[in-house]
Amino acid sequence: MPTSIPEQELMEPGHTACQGCGATLAMRYVLKALGKKTVVSVPASCWAVIPGAMPNRTLDIPMVYTPFAATGASISGLREALDIRGDSDYNVVGFAGDGGTADIGLQSLSGAMERGHNVFYIMYDNEGYMNTGVQRSGSTPYGAETTTTPVGLDRNFKKQQKKVVADIMMAQGVPYVATATIAYPEDLIRKVQNAKKTNGPKFIQILAPCPTGWYYPPEKTIEVSRMAVQSRMFPLYEYSMGTFRLTRPSKPVSVKEYVQSQKRFSHMDEDEISILQEEVDRRWEGLLEKETH
Amino acid sequence: MVELVLVPLAETSSRANHTGLWRTLKPVIDYSSCIRCEICWKFCPDNAINLEDGRKTPAPNQKVIAFSIPVIDYDYCKGCGICANECPEKCIEMNFEEE
Amino acid sequence: MREIGSKTSIMTGNEAVAEGVRLSKVGFISAYPITPQTTIVEKLAEMVANREISARYVEVESEHSAMAAVFASEIAGVRSYTATSSQGLLYMHEMLHWVAGQRLPIVMSVVNRAIGPPWNIWSDQSDSMNQKDTGWIQVYSESNQEAMDTLIMGYRIAEDSGVMLPFMSMEDAFILSHTSEQVVIPDQELVDEFLPEFHLDFKVDSDRPMGYGSYSTPDGPFMELKKDMMESMWQSANTIKKVTGEFSEIFGRDYGGLIEEYMTDGAEYLLVASGTVASTAKYVAGKMRADGRKVGIIRIRYFRPFPAEDIVRATKDAAHIGVIDRSVSFGSGGTMFNEIKAALYGRSDIPVTGFVAGIGGRDVKEDDIEGMIDMMAAGKEGTVFINTRGDQ
Repeated sequence: MPTSIPEQELMEPGHTACQGCGATLAMRYVLKALGKKTVVSVPASCWAVIPGAMPNRTLDIPMVYTPFAATGASISGLREALDIRGDSDYNVVGFAGDGGTADIGLQSLSGAMERGHNVFYIMYDNEGYMNTGVQRSGSTPYGAETTTTPVGLDRNFKKQQKKVVADIMMAQGVPYVATATIAYPEDLIRKVQNAKKTNGPKFIQILAPCPTGWYYPPEKTIEVSRMAVQSRMFPLYEYSMGTFRLTRPSKPVSVKEYVQSQKRFSHMDEDEISILQEEVDRRWEGLLEKETH
Repeated sequence: MVELVLVPLAETSSRANHTGLWRTLKPVIDYSSCIRCEICWKFCPDNAINLEDGRKTPAPNQKVIAFSIPVIDYDYCKGCGICANECPEKCIEMNFEEE
Repeated sequence: MREIGSKTSIMTGNEAVAEGVRLSKVGFISAYPITPQTTIVEKLAEMVANREISARYVEVESEHSAMAAVFASEIAGVRSYTATSSQGLLYMHEMLHWVAGQRLPIVMSVVNRAIGPPWNIWSDQSDSMNQKDTGWIQVYSESNQEAMDTLIMGYRIAEDSGVMLPFMSMEDAFILSHTSEQVVIPDQELVDEFLPEFHLDFKVDSDRPMGYGSYSTPDGPFMELKKDMMESMWQSANTIKKVTGEFSEIFGRDYGGLIEEYMTDGAEYLLVASGTVASTAKYVAGKMRADGRKVGIIRIRYFRPFPAEDIVRATKDAAHIGVIDRSVSFGSGGTMFNEIKAALYGRSDIPVTGFVAGIGGRDVKEDDIEGMIDMMAAGKEGTVFINTRGDQ
């Protein structure tokens, strides 16, 4: 019986990710989709430590480590140089976290996408600076408590809504943009493979839940990832050559049920949950409109 | 290859690093209930479940006997419990590691 | 000198540098515009458009990205080039360390320009002197010809298997970058004879999966890697001398080694300078010698590796040393001044005076240099700012 996702493993065991790490699964699936002829550029992020200390590597492909803001530019250079070499069959992948994408790397990402290099940019979104100890990023959702948005005498949880980089990429005119999450590996892998058909820049934002930073038990990673889609907190969509397709969750759950699954939201009262629910509904309506246009 | 200078390159497989030592809870698969759906293999973040020939392994029925079985590599399994949580047949049990 | 295989042209420093890039058969160029570097990259873009050079030019959105892009292209094994100035160089700072630490022999031109605020596009060396600890070989040119020749030598030196460090080649803003001089352009065949194709042993290859620059614990190879950079930097001094000699044999232009000595024989007063200020200083030395004053000039070409041994040797018979710096470390002193004192420590009792001059493009004139010699003769020590309003 064929497996539902490619059997080939390009991420080896023995890496040092936390128990139940979502970011690790994101890498595993992306490499299953792309195969061996791939080079990945990784900035400062959890993935810069997951392979372990020198001399260890955990990927069976070349992995180039770069400073935080360098992902977009580094994949531009890799792509052009590989083409100059005559190695156009390599997949060139930037693999960065949400801080490295939504915040410090946004300029470099936007430049690379605008120039139109034939590259993949994978943003693995764990909604905060998890590697440095769970600080708030632009991609952290409203309501979340982090180490820099603590709830003390003042309720200083994150008051701003999530900056959704995939939406920015669509607005910029990137030819292939998609969102995916690790609870649906078949969908994720199909999207990476669809993206490959686009000769140009492609951007995929993968929600990668983090038990360490979201404060839920490690065995719940897939469950939380699934609920993020079902609650529309993280809608799955695919935008390719101007066509937009939004996935309707099969078993909808409320935002309230979603936030109750993680301790980072445990301080939220009914009014605050309503604010988040309203934003989720508003964004969903906006995405539905995109589909009809 | 001649490298006269030292370059920061990392070439050794992380397989040298036995992360199974981190484990406090150990997943154990009851093959007699396992329907070989491969969901545990699919969702393992540590790539610590391998698909192997299961024709000589107990199975819930004859239909699945020819399918691959998931085998946990305890050298690497960190005991996160995703496999047990996602198993549709609930045939993976998480047991405390013995001292 | 072999007259065959070259032509003479009148061109600016920036045009000469662009010719050097073309002759070095660079495969990948990435840059972000900043005055006064712009005419280098404009010229290169034009050469790419006219197929005078077989390179790809990627116009990035920042200097940080320019250096990140050439970092990545070089790690894929393609000879790469970028150029910048001033604030742009400062914005690259993080990537400069990254490139050197990964041992990538990229060559970069820096057109020396002041750092703000206030904004100032004119020449001083604050930008590149601020990068002295990044692990890049650093060299200052005095003429457009030298700027072009140094760039070609740069790839030979940087790519040497015992060096493998990036190379930063400086020219003064406007005084060289936008001023036309006569430049001899060698034929491609001659350059090919001198500069072989680039092969990177550890280039990105899916058949050899590895992590490039992953992380090291304190007990990992981290400190040994840094020590190796230090050793390679010292080793590069020999490579520079060897390559400069070979260049001289093929092209007929001899730049000596890490320093250039001018009228140093029997000199009582030695002035150390770099870049185009050295030209003025040489002119003044000539005049003063004619008047019977024993003045000599040491021009620092290579600031990294620092030519400590050459300085000690060349100054050993002097009565007084003066150092002209076009950069300053606030609260300490001129950058070269400090390093020269460190080189002489314990090996010489000759007094050293630091002259901070030409900051933000302020002219350093004959009078100013004569004044320096007079101050040295009067036994002045410490750090003196030259030609600032309200002086003396």
